[in-house]
Amino acid sequence: MSAPTLEVRDLSTHFETRAGVVRAVDGVSFTVSSGQVLGLVGESGSGKSVTGFSIIGLVDPPGRIAGGSILFKGRDLTKLTEPELRDLRGNRIAMIFQDPMMTLNPVLRIDTQMMETVFAHAKVSATEARQRSRDALGMVGIPSPDERLRAYPHQFSGGMRQRVAIAIALLHRPDLIIADEPTTALDVTIQAQILAEVQKLAREAGTALIWITHDLSVVAGLADDIAVMYAGRIVETGRVATVLDRPMHPYTHGLIGSVPSRNRRGSRLRQIPGMTPSLLNLPVGCAFRTRCARADAACEADPPITEPVPGHALRCFHPQLEVTA
Amino acid sequence: MITWLLRRLFQALLVVLAMTVIVFIGVNVIGDPVEILISPDADQAERARAIIALGLDKPLWEQYLHFLYGALHGDLGRSFVYNEPALRLIGSRMPATMELAVTAVLLSIVIGIPLGLFAGLKPNSFFGRAAMAGSILGFSLPTFWVGLMLIMVFAVQLGWLPSTGRGHTAELFGIQWSFLTRDGLAHMVMPATNLALGNIALVLRLTRSGVRENLTMDYVKFARAKGLSPTRVVFVHVLKNIMIPIVTVIGLEFGSVIAFAVVTESVFAWPGMGKLIIDSINVLDRPVIVAYLMMIVFLFITINLAVDLLYTVLDPRVRLETKE
Repeated sequence: MSAPTLEVRDLSTHFETRAGVVRAVDGVSFTVSSGQVLGLVGESGSGKSVTGFSIIGLVDPPGRIAGGSILFKGRDLTKLTEPELRDLRGNRIAMIFQDPMMTLNPVLRIDTQMMETVFAHAKVSATEARQRSRDALGMVGIPSPDERLRAYPHQFSGGMRQRVAIAIALLHRPDLIIADEPTTALDVTIQAQILAEVQKLAREAGTALIWITHDLSVVAGLADDIAVMYAGRIVETGRVATVLDRPMHPYTHGLIGSVPSRNRRGSRLRQIPGMTPSLLNLPVGCAFRTRCARADAACEADPPITEPVPGHALRCFHPQLEVTA
Repeated sequence: MITWLLRRLFQALLVVLAMTVIVFIGVNVIGDPVEILISPDADQAERARAIIALGLDKPLWEQYLHFLYGALHGDLGRSFVYNEPALRLIGSRMPATMELAVTAVLLSIVIGIPLGLFAGLKPNSFFGRAAMAGSILGFSLPTFWVGLMLIMVFAVQLGWLPSTGRGHTAELFGIQWSFLTRDGLAHMVMPATNLALGNIALVLRLTRSGVRENLTMDYVKFARAKGLSPTRVVFVHVLKNIMIPIVTVIGLEFGSVIAFAVVTESVFAWPGMGKLIIDSINVLDRPVIVAYLMMIVFLFITINLAVDLLYTVLDPRVRLETKE
């Protein structure tokens, strides 16, 4: 395997609020290589979006990166100045947001919003910028891109807007795309189209992709690696097939069990008991222990990262090692 | 577009018509102009002649129809006091009020928007907090008191600025304007500031809250994620979105600044329409009062129409026509 495009080491992003320090991201490490897709999975508030924003340097105050390093092609992003980061944003690292209805500015035409992105990173003529924007729209499957360039966002459907957002992300052929639940707001057929499109484009261009989602089925079909986040930490990580087929962390196990599927028709849907704990008031030790059936006194200490099977790491004292259906 | 415009004009016509009824009746129930206009020692015959001359002998509905007939022919009646057409009287005072109002609105835009942007972008900075605190004074202090204080400080104590009148005027398009001469400008500084103060505060707060709200929007974050410079994000992505409410408010404020320049004009003895209307109310010069109020109605309708047209420029989601 080649050198990773992105290597995140012990990343911590904290929000200093009046009520205390919120450790939204607490010692997260992962790598993504060129042409690979990492699925970052977790419930709302588990810190997956904040991880994405930390990488691109857009954590808003009172949040700040409190520690760790983000090595992007050998450069530590946490050490860069704002102008240096801005130079990378939209250029080498692009981001796609969750709600396509909100990501495009409602009062600016599509061509304005695309061409400004071209101009931000390349000294080209307006004709050239328009040409590139049109090509990008064509690439994500928007019919008659010339005409659509002159339209406003409200003249597009949600799926089309997300395609536009993806086209904008692709304008400078970035090395890394962070996709923050980009298909959650779309209906299933559109979601499938977009997924296939993005997977194809990323494979062809050798782009590294971080796909943030809470939808395990999306990850199963799209990602190469998976990292499961809970309360600001990655609790289990490995190859998608391994983790989803043989989850070892009780939380991952619960997540997979919560997916309604055909074979349990008629029986009660399974769920993880309890609620996601407040990040301000996390249980000492393993954050999941209050909801975990396997928890005991040992869990009151911080669980170390273990790797029971090579390439499959987790943070748990009582991993579920037996094969489950 | 044409259909929309026609419908709007028809609505405007109805509003004007409704206003004529309200204004005409309203003005007719207060006081008796004859008592004020005719000297107390005039005899009965003189009184009767005056009443007939002013057309006050006829029943109210006939007076109204007469007024309506005249209005359709561009005649809103003659002033009881000056014996001049009321419209011409108002027209002669309008430029003074207009230049004051336009200056005040320009001041509120030029000062209010930049201060609001700053306060919105740096809400915790000393300057941002100071602007917000100052804005509270801006719209809570009564206009007349601020006017008096301005005169006290800048005219009486410091002697920097003249306190009354329009100063030297110069002619442009056959109308006398103060803003064309140095002296006239000096006379305008205080009344314009006085009139603008509340609006500056309003525009500032509106801009600030718009910026605060917009900065949390996904499209702003996305614009930043595209690697755009902060200048472009603020002046294109944010500003264009917050201009929509600001234009509405500035339009309305422009109307009320003209309509309610009365206080400022009285304090600074500025010979504008506001001063005319106060004088006219004091002597119950009905035609002037009616003509003035009609003019203000007309002004508000025009401004609102202009604001609606501006929306279509600013917000592509607003479509006047039902195309597609």
